[in-house]
Amino acid sequence: MLTAEEEQEIKAELAHYPNTQAVCIDAMMVVQRSRGWVSDESIRDIADLLGMSSADLDGVATFYNLIRRKPVGRHVALICDSVSCWIMGCERVRDQLCTRLGTALGGSTADGRFTLLPIVCLGACDHAPVMLIDGDLHTDVDEQRIDQVLQKYI
Amino acid sequence: MDKPLTSKLRGDGTVVDIAAYERAGGYEGLRKALGLQPQDVTEIVKRSSLRGRGGAGFPTGLKWSFVPMGANAPSPKYLVANADEMEPGTFKDRVLMEGDPHQLIEGMVVSAYAIQASIGYIFLRGEYHLSAQRLRAALAEARARGYLGSNILGSGYSFELYLHVSAGRYICGEETALLNALEGKRAHPRTKPPFPQVSGLWGKPTIVQNVETLCNIPHIVANGTDWFRGLSLSEDGGTKLYGVSGKVNRPGLWELPLGTTIREILEEHAGGMRNGLRFRGVLPGGASTDFLVEEHLDTPMDYTQVQKAGSRLGTGTMVVLDDKTCPVGMVWNLEHFFAQESCGWCTPCWSGLAWTEKILLAMEQGTAEKQDLEVLRFQTKFLAPGNTFCAFAPGAVEPLQSALKYFSDDFRRHVDEKRCSWRQ
Ligand SMILES: Cc1cc2nc3c(=O)[nH]c(=O)nc-3n(C[C@H](O)[C@H](O)[C@H](O)COP(=O)(O)O)c2cc1C
Ligand code: SF4
Ligand code: FES
Repeated sequence: MLTAEEEQEIKAELAHYPNTQAVCIDAMMVVQRSRGWVSDESIRDIADLLGMSSADLDGVATFYNLIRRKPVGRHVALICDSVSCWIMGCERVRDQLCTRLGTALGGSTADGRFTLLPIVCLGACDHAPVMLIDGDLHTDVDEQRIDQVLQKYI
Repeated sequence: MDKPLTSKLRGDGTVVDIAAYERAGGYEGLRKALGLQPQDVTEIVKRSSLRGRGGAGFPTGLKWSFVPMGANAPSPKYLVANADEMEPGTFKDRVLMEGDPHQLIEGMVVSAYAIQASIGYIFLRGEYHLSAQRLRAALAEARARGYLGSNILGSGYSFELYLHVSAGRYICGEETALLNALEGKRAHPRTKPPFPQVSGLWGKPTIVQNVETLCNIPHIVANGTDWFRGLSLSEDGGTKLYGVSGKVNRPGLWELPLGTTIREILEEHAGGMRNGLRFRGVLPGGASTDFLVEEHLDTPMDYTQVQKAGSRLGTGTMVVLDDKTCPVGMVWNLEHFFAQESCGWCTPCWSGLAWTEKILLAMEQGTAEKQDLEVLRFQTKFLAPGNTFCAFAPGAVEPLQSALKYFSDDFRRHVDEKRCSWRQ
């Protein structure tokens, strides 16, 4: 079931578009903001609300990088692996993060604190390497700064 | 030197709010535009010789002139700001949106007025959280002051503008794929024709324009075409946001006359190569542009000259390759991106790029064979313009084809020595 707040937030978006399908990505992002991910049940609920088939909606969900169809940790760390960050040593940063947190890229820590995922260029290439944790951009993350950054997320 | 796009930006990273924007002459371009006929605004933009800053470089005023006008034109018409900015190495539109969101909003209202669009969207990539927050606040401010909504500044013209936050995929930046994304579909590109100017969002006339392009519009209307052309060192008008990333002393972003040379940008603004490193090559305009090398350093960064040198101006944000970074590894990284981001609609692209990436990875890991070099060359021809459904695949092989030309020894050495000599 969608919560009353979720439904209200989705319906507010409907005013911006001429049909209901156009809000389906917004709708999934609304649910993801409150629950961390989009479950099969949420797919069915949103599809019902917007008059789409669940299969069509899942087809849209799986196309986009930021819609998550699996549960994630309390914080999601997206590590840029595109070209400028690669030149500036993002592979080393990634390896160190994986070691520190004891999980591989794509996985979550055992305590459910972090999920580590790769992401394409975050548009801050002049301050590479870059990562995005939840909504915050962290720039110039070298091996020294990693611990400092991680401490902010408990 | 005039820097219309960035002179208002604050050094401390805070936003230019509506009061500060108005104090600096903001929304004057809009006032002036509303006193002109819509077609006259298009004519001014045409004469300014502004070309698109999103990568393809199409003349902006000319694009607008294809939109059906008059009482019998289809309605509503739409204007979309392309704020997807996912081209690796590119970080210019984010700076404009975070620092001075009203400049984009004013640019959109003026442009919408010119084509008589009544609804607009800012199509923003999902990772740009700060841009989203600041655009939302600015949209509310602009609405409260009568710059958006019905009967703008008492002119009788009405325009609604909404923020659409995308959920991420590089192909969404391609303008017809973007239309499908906005309609809530998988973002596969559409066949052209019909062109969006005639049949775009929900089948209605639609103009899609890059953020930096739109930000130029109010200044052109306020200050005139002669002024705008005078900003440039080349035949096309205006300044350009140029960025540099990689191992230079001062990576960053600068607004400079269109046609500033690569050498000046790299040496004077980016401070040259870091200690102990030498310049080897540069992607002049993002990941999907051909490498240029030392012999091209005096090339002016404008549409015509970069093309003459064998590449594209693209987004104008350069990625620098130094002599201690492996060119094969760099190209593998680029093709990994393209293979992953291919939308999967047409076979040459998704299959060809996956194959290309596999070979480059094998080279890095020391398992590639001699004939693999031929396969890479074949792929650059196979994915050339005309063989795939959209411009994504030809763009994807641009860095590869030029790397095979300029860094062929490095590719051969990876195959002969069965390892990457840059890795320990
Ligand atoms: C694969 C691909 C990705 C693109 N990504 C972007 C983008 O992120 N931002 C952008 O403004 N244009 C992008 N473009 C170019 C757009 O298709 C379109 O030409 C542009 O938005 C038009 O605006 P302009 O004339 O103001 O540059 C992309 C093109 C392709 C083929
Ligand atoms: S060229 Fe690639 S991105 Fe473009 S339609 Fe074909 S598969 Fe999709
Ligand atoms: S390449 Fe990492 S932020 Fe652009």
